[in-house]
Amino acid sequence: MWQLILINGLISGGQYALLALGFSLIFGVARILNLAHTAYYMLTAFAIYYFSQVLDISLPLTYLLSLVFVVVLAVGVYQLAMAPVRGQSSTVMIVSLVLAIVAQELVLIAFGGQFRSLPKLVPGTIEFGGTLITYQHLFTLGAVLTVLLGVWLLLFKSKLGIAIRAVALDREVANLMGMPENSIATLTMAISVALAAVAAAMVAPLGVIEPLMWLHPLVVVMAAVILGGLGSIKGSIIGAFTLAFVEVSLVFLIPQASFLRGAVSMATMLLVLLFKPEGLFGVFMEGER
Amino acid sequence: MLKYLASKYWRNFQGEILALPTRTILFAAAAALLFLPLATTDAYLLRIITLASIFAIYAASWDLLVGFAGQVSLGHSLFFGVAAYASALLNLRLGFHPMLSIPLGALAAVLAGLLLSLPALRLKGPYFSLASLAMPIILLGAIFTFPALTGGELGLSGLSRLADTRVNEYRLIFLTMLGLTLLMWKIVTSKTGLIFHAIREDEIVVRASGINTSLYKVLAFCLSGFFAGLAGGLYAHFLRVVGPSTLDIMMSLQVIIWGIFGGVVTIYGPVIGVFILYPLLEYLRVIAEWRMLIFAVIIIVTLRFMPEGLSNRVQDLLERECPRCKERNAFGRKECRVCCTGLGVCNQTDKTLL
Repeated sequence: MWQLILINGLISGGQYALLALGFSLIFGVARILNLAHTAYYMLTAFAIYYFSQVLDISLPLTYLLSLVFVVVLAVGVYQLAMAPVRGQSSTVMIVSLVLAIVAQELVLIAFGGQFRSLPKLVPGTIEFGGTLITYQHLFTLGAVLTVLLGVWLLLFKSKLGIAIRAVALDREVANLMGMPENSIATLTMAISVALAAVAAAMVAPLGVIEPLMWLHPLVVVMAAVILGGLGSIKGSIIGAFTLAFVEVSLVFLIPQASFLRGAVSMATMLLVLLFKPEGLFGVFMEGER
Repeated sequence: MLKYLASKYWRNFQGEILALPTRTILFAAAAALLFLPLATTDAYLLRIITLASIFAIYAASWDLLVGFAGQVSLGHSLFFGVAAYASALLNLRLGFHPMLSIPLGALAAVLAGLLLSLPALRLKGPYFSLASLAMPIILLGAIFTFPALTGGELGLSGLSRLADTRVNEYRLIFLTMLGLTLLMWKIVTSKTGLIFHAIREDEIVVRASGINTSLYKVLAFCLSGFFAGLAGGLYAHFLRVVGPSTLDIMMSLQVIIWGIFGGVVTIYGPVIGVFILYPLLEYLRVIAEWRMLIFAVIIIVTLRFMPEGLSNRVQDLLERECPRCKERNAFGRKECRVCCTGLGVCNQTDKTLL
């Protein structure tokens, strides 16, 4: 039992962490609460489905194509619909929400609402502590951790990462220091959507895909980001893993109450916020009040 | 005496409503909808407008909390759902008349507002927005956990009707909507409303001016909860069935779409938003597959070109503010209707400045 909880918790934690990281990056840099974030996750899953099942392209190429497709799409949408209204934070929120609905409806029209599954990248199973685990699970686990490490290197060791963190910390001063704030925002959008796409590519083969699959992750990701503290990269990853383990333990320990997983992760978040209002690792942005 | 009163009301009517094009439009629209049942008794049309009226109360209460007090709530369906379930339970289990169960349901929503204001006093900005999302989801979990009491997935059905005929229900709900939105408008234009404005703009300055901001925030939550609760109770008794959909995330998100499309910080803006968007969505049903898509594209295009919302944009087009006394004037006037300052001159300087 505990092996299952451990493996599944790590995988869904990794998935939420990738999503939460992108969500919190674009909020930090551009002050955009991108409610369409997990819609890109859903779109990637369907792009993989379309390229591999309908067009019959080989799997590795499919993954690459879907990633590029979704990132290009997201940057285009950002330039067209979101960048012009960036000043009004509430308008940006609505536009992103409506974009998510557009994506959902387009997928519904194109593919229909039935549940589908994706082919596994690596077949086979292994026995671990008395339970059978597919190689796909292990592969996903490794890939998620590699990507998280890559993002950490990008953000903390590269020049671009330093610029991104500087803009997130103080947009005006970063601009004065000669960092092109607008193009950094666009680049961050691309990185954040790429993370969502990777999350989809890694996790979608393990479950089913359907046009409404963006709603639950969105709620959990928002909760994880708040739990960890907005703007804190370490915080969103820890928040994501915490909520994932809460969810997975509930599903495995009390299967008949698994419909409560959303409610329980929300309650966990509220409980933490009652004692630490700025989240686990958040800092109150006094200047923004 | 009668003649005096009549002339007095006529003068007030001229000064307050006919003098401003936007108010004239709103008055004409309200009057037209009020007398609509005389022209047609098409059940489908009346049903759409009745539901739009209910959602208009809901959207206006959202504006009271979000637009005025600045507490951006993403879980507004909490109030709506709590009140809908409370009035349904009171009506079904205890046999209360709708006239009693709806206000009591609204009081339950006020309690929910008190509960939600607890995190709101500690959390700021986006932290609160995202935390408020949690409440309806938790409550939804509770509803599915106790299906014997709440009906679970199917919800509660068989509530008593508001009035004997559909036309009477339409009149009742539409008049209630007018009364409640007017009441909310009175609240936000009063001193309390001014304090709400100030809290949204800069809470620390308000506190430094000796105003108990926590008290006013709690008040905003209670007021908003009360009005949203009335809408929830009316909804329950109009549809005569209450399900988990009243607490759905989409219910919270939809009110944000209505509100921001119509224009926030106005009270009437979200009402206009509902009366345009809700019937639009209903009539798009003829092309069922494409309806959400078309709806979404309309919203994106509208917000791309008027990010401040429809009502604010139209008001800027049809009216201009007097530079001296800040009174609003119809667009055609040469001088202010209150203080006779020239309006044309000011606009020319505006243009040269730009």
